[in-house]
Amino acid sequence: MTTIARPVGTPLSRRPDDPVVGTPLPHESAVLHVTGQALYTDDLVGRTSNVLHAHPVQAPHAHATITGLDVAAAYDVPGVVRVLTDADVPGTNDAGVKHDEPLFPTEVMYHGHAICWVLGESLEAARQGAAAVRATYAELPALLTVEEAIAAASFQGARPTLARGDSAAGMGRAARVFEGVTSFAGQEHFYLETHCSLALVDENGQVFVQSSTQHPTETQEIVAHVLSVPSHAVTVQCLRMGGGFGGKEMQPHGLAAVAALGATLTGRPVRVRLTRAQDMTMTGKRHGFHAAWTAGFDADGLFTALEATLTSDGGWSLDLSEPVLSRAMCHVDNAYWIPDITVHGRIARTHKTSQTAFRGFGGPQGMLVIEDIIGRCAPALGIDPAELRRRNFYAEGQATPYGQPVRHPGRLLAAWEQVAGTSSLAARRAEIDRWNGRERHRKRGIAITPVKFGISFNLTAFNQAGALVHVYKDGSVLVTHGGTEMGQGLHTKMLQVAATALRVPLERVRLAPTRTDKVPNTSATAASASADLNGGAVKDACEQILGRLEPIRDQLRDPSWEELVAAAYRERVQLWAAGFYKTEGLSWDAAAMSGHPFKYFAYGAAVSEVEVDGFTGAYTTRRVDIVHDVGDSLSPLVDLGQIEGGFVQGAGWLTLEDLRWDVSDGPGRGRLTTQAASTYKLPSFSELPEQFHVALLDEAHEDGVVYGSKAVGEPPLMLALSVREALRDACAAFGPAGHSVELASPATPEAVYWALCAARAAGRAS
Amino acid sequence: MAEIVVNGRPRDLTGVPPHTNVLDFLRAAGLTGAKEGCAEGECGACAVMVARPAADGSEAAEWTAINSCLVPAAALDGQEVVTAEGLGAPGALHPVQQELAARGGSQCGYCTPGFVCSMGAEYYRADRAPAGDGGPRDQYHGANGFDLHAISGNLCRCTGYRPIKDAAFALGFPPADDVIGLRRTAAAPAAMATELRGDEATYVRPASLAEALYLLGEDAGAVVVAGSTDWGVDVNLRGRRGGLVIAVDRLPELRGFSVTDAEVRMGAALTLTEIDRRLAGRLPLVSALIAQFGSRLIRNSATLGGNLGTGSPIGDAPPGLLALEASVVLASAEGSRTLPLADYFTGYRESTRRPDELITEVVVPRPVSGLTAFHKIAKRPFDDISSVAVGYALDLVDGVVRRARIGLGGVAAMPIRALATEAALEGRPWTAETVDAASAVLAAEGTPISDQRASAAYRSAMLGQSIRKLFAEATP
Ligand SMILES: Cc1cc2nc3c(=O)[nH]c(=O)nc-3n(C[C@H](O)[C@H](O)[C@H](O)COP(=O)(O)OP(=O)(O)OC[C@H]3O[C@@H](n4cnc5c(N)ncnc54)[C@H](O)[C@@H]3O)c2cc1C
Ligand code: FES
Ligand code: FES
Repeated sequence: MTTIARPVGTPLSRRPDDPVVGTPLPHESAVLHVTGQALYTDDLVGRTSNVLHAHPVQAPHAHATITGLDVAAAYDVPGVVRVLTDADVPGTNDAGVKHDEPLFPTEVMYHGHAICWVLGESLEAARQGAAAVRATYAELPALLTVEEAIAAASFQGARPTLARGDSAAGMGRAARVFEGVTSFAGQEHFYLETHCSLALVDENGQVFVQSSTQHPTETQEIVAHVLSVPSHAVTVQCLRMGGGFGGKEMQPHGLAAVAALGATLTGRPVRVRLTRAQDMTMTGKRHGFHAAWTAGFDADGLFTALEATLTSDGGWSLDLSEPVLSRAMCHVDNAYWIPDITVHGRIARTHKTSQTAFRGFGGPQGMLVIEDIIGRCAPALGIDPAELRRRNFYAEGQATPYGQPVRHPGRLLAAWEQVAGTSSLAARRAEIDRWNGRERHRKRGIAITPVKFGISFNLTAFNQAGALVHVYKDGSVLVTHGGTEMGQGLHTKMLQVAATALRVPLERVRLAPTRTDKVPNTSATAASASADLNGGAVKDACEQILGRLEPIRDQLRDPSWEELVAAAYRERVQLWAAGFYKTEGLSWDAAAMSGHPFKYFAYGAAVSEVEVDGFTGAYTTRRVDIVHDVGDSLSPLVDLGQIEGGFVQGAGWLTLEDLRWDVSDGPGRGRLTTQAASTYKLPSFSELPEQFHVALLDEAHEDGVVYGSKAVGEPPLMLALSVREALRDACAAFGPAGHSVELASPATPEAVYWALCAARAAGRAS
Repeated sequence: MAEIVVNGRPRDLTGVPPHTNVLDFLRAAGLTGAKEGCAEGECGACAVMVARPAADGSEAAEWTAINSCLVPAAALDGQEVVTAEGLGAPGALHPVQQELAARGGSQCGYCTPGFVCSMGAEYYRADRAPAGDGGPRDQYHGANGFDLHAISGNLCRCTGYRPIKDAAFALGFPPADDVIGLRRTAAAPAAMATELRGDEATYVRPASLAEALYLLGEDAGAVVVAGSTDWGVDVNLRGRRGGLVIAVDRLPELRGFSVTDAEVRMGAALTLTEIDRRLAGRLPLVSALIAQFGSRLIRNSATLGGNLGTGSPIGDAPPGLLALEASVVLASAEGSRTLPLADYFTGYRESTRRPDELITEVVVPRPVSGLTAFHKIAKRPFDDISSVAVGYALDLVDGVVRRARIGLGGVAAMPIRALATEAALEGRPWTAETVDAASAVLAAEGTPISDQRASAAYRSAMLGQSIRKLFAEATP
């Protein structure tokens, strides 16, 4: 049989007739979700006998040496079975890939740092045992803010520079030069399911860890090196996660290692499940950044140059801070052509949790900087911010500062114009201006912002994936691949890819949980690239099988799938295959910060309208319109969910979610004061835009990717910058024309209130 | 024998420690649908449905969604619970489950069983009726009468809520033969006199007020628990354990409700949902306060007695009730006394209530001032704790402020009256000039602090702005 090729595409991207990809399907586990039958790691505990529960002892200082650790009293607590300390580690006492994260530390590096773990017959016993442990500390000075770290020159890791042209000369060409500082907060992942691992040891000493992890292979490697066993002695399985968002890319490893260590020492299953407060005080978050910048514009408002120094708040260990910083620096341009540019990057080392991956992975931070610059400079330039943004867009033939040509810039323009049209941007702008003229105590604001987001891991080696596809004699198909399911719909897409590639009905295909003994050496399920990578691998495996079936098919007359498979088995044809995929055409020189790190760019544009109460700074999001580029969607309902969910999560970061550490000199210095859902507020129903219209960009076939699709997990998060810019617009309406609004991030009601007060004050002064 | 009927099947409570919450109890019994997302009533992942006496006081039972993480399992002795597993199963989905699944209402699915239960309770709400014109009333009310506030206490980190809203608004009405729906026609299970002993703690649900007061008089360290929305957080997050726990939430003497021309009497153990339904708008300030109080899940359990009993300086009821010049009735084995709420609080989480006393009722005198309002300043409109709360009750006669009563929360160690501001208003014309002057006085009331919710400067500013907002909104 031959596929009828579409006019566009490559063998990888072309779709057969009537493909299962492209059909809007609910999440493959939706029925299990809604009936409470879907199992998460902690749901296995009651289904496992003899489980021990682990509880950490958390240090009450931001920075200190541990001068004494007396665990004897813990053993007096009924039900306490074992206390785990550094003396118990047979292998390497380290939980990170950078070898700067001791699992059992001698130096406390942040408030809440776990110094040892207590295992008990019940969580209650373990908790009381942990409370009984006596530790003494010698306190050391602690750095909490990026500003403090900069003053103390406390940095870690590489300090890259990304440059093109001569930014000094570019400033010289500028008609106007602006300077400023933009600093903004991080974000707690707040996956609804906190970290959890359950470890068992079998009769051969094989360790089996069930873990809520986005990176089973790395969890396996860390467990192995802590236990000092080879990787083949450790199997990690992830059934599904109750959300990950990057927070389970690096952070699960140490917790899994504690569970595995406990299990090997006691011979019993060990559960490590963090409470929400433990999760929030112990695990890393999105990096907050400090950016000092100088921007030059010519008389038409076109960028001539940008100089910026981005300092990320890395927390106590390096973790993923280096690649996050790289991605931030590679997204400072967002959608804009900046001819001469110099961006310096550095990572502050502070005494806080180890900041890590979070949806967007530095991209949102980079884009926030440039959108803040534009938002602040537009009034001074006397150009409408929407127009200023539009004018500076990349054109065909231009390249990013790191030297990668910007492919398909016309698609961004298409998304922009489409959303401007469907949202009636121009008419509403005029209407809002009239409304604002009438209303004294309330003002509305509207803004449009673009997104251009590079897809692929910056580090080329990670851009590979594997899959295992089994066709059983009855024609049913079992797919395993290296990616994990955290709600993003990857498994749904992989089922659709397999059914499309094998040309069987979806019902014939089942997906097995992600396990390191099925598909080894996997990359993290991250960088939005998992459908691209694993989809390529699943498709490859399916095509190998189909290829082997072809001769059999030729012998039979129009066989059904079942007849074909049965005949192939009789002919001794191998009915399973391991698939592999690697992204072609990538290169990256991390030292020079140049190359072709991304396979392609995902584009989108959003228009948001807000209304601000002048008495309080409280606001509502009245309407949001989005046009987003997902290529030819593999699964439209899943992609829609990623766009909406990513947008709301991004809006949460920018407006509501408020990480506060105690930065006083009091005894609580370094403590996370928003360590619970009661103080750290996520978007709820009240943050859902009153009107929310999302459209997928048409004619967006991406010929370098499986079935013409594009990655969708991260890019839509940054569309939420339009909310922040709309708030800025509304605040400006309280002041005189041309007033430049500085808005803190997150733009909480309080922050908005101070911004609108400043605008009013400017009005009184002028 | 102590037991809870879960999804139609009795589950034994024997040997369950008194501090074990319903969520842990269910999960230990293998019902892992309900999840723990926060253990403090904020996320709703643990929501389940309980058959309760109807909130409007009528005979029928009402499926009421609650946070199972906050309530001790012992509190549900003899009660009926339905979880996501009990609402439907693969192959036999409940309409709520069907709509959520089909519309992309779940991504990671961790929040979903809780949403299913909160939505289930709203699906079965007896007075849910289609909007007249067939269109949605506003962004929070569907054409099918579904009130999204029913799921204001459920957080979803994945979906951004739009598909959940669409699922909610697409729901029909329970068919006549719906077993769970039919359960509403019979009375809810009565409260059981319970005594559950653990190693260090004992949970007692006394059968009468007299017994409760006797127990309270005997044990100075006893803890009174009503809706458990404060107590449960202390147990889960701060490890509070031990001692004698006395449940008062179902005592008939604490659940009275009456309205006369002279006063409104509200039982201390009525839930806020019950108070709101029974008031039916007759105390607009209280309705406004309740609407902004926690989430529906919380309001289904939280009581006025608990809000006053906990004595928090950021509680929402005190500033409203201070403005209304409410009194509290305190009872002990010796008898009862009534005192103005203004004399009740004495300091940070301190009051004139003796350890052997219970709050039995809150009394609001009538008629109520003509201009009342409740302003709550918080980061998030739904389910957030106040940074500042202001209750107003102003009598305006011929454009002059005859009487002003203003209650404040969040600006001092305890809820206070804004006495200086009241003085700055009384006898003055209700004009922009008076309000300007009063605004400055109000901004200087109390001694606000800076914390993770708000800065002291913002709190003070919000006090000052509050009366301007009141004026702007009251004078179109
Ligand atoms: C998620 C969440 C959101 C919340 N939102 C708000 C909010 O918006 N505004 C707000 O004000 N509060 C809020 N709260 C706090 C809490 O819900 C209220 O204080 C509630 O009114 C407490 O009532 P309860 O019946 O649950 O009290 P319980 O937890 O049962 O008891 C609280 C305290 O009061 C005492 N007590 C209870 N009843 C009596 C009585 N009859 N006589 C004497 N003492 C008694 C108890 O001994 C205990 O110390 C919230 C709590 C949570 C978990
Ligand atoms: S677990 Fe979050 S509300 Fe109960
Ligand atoms: S679907 Fe993941 S939290 Fe709601």
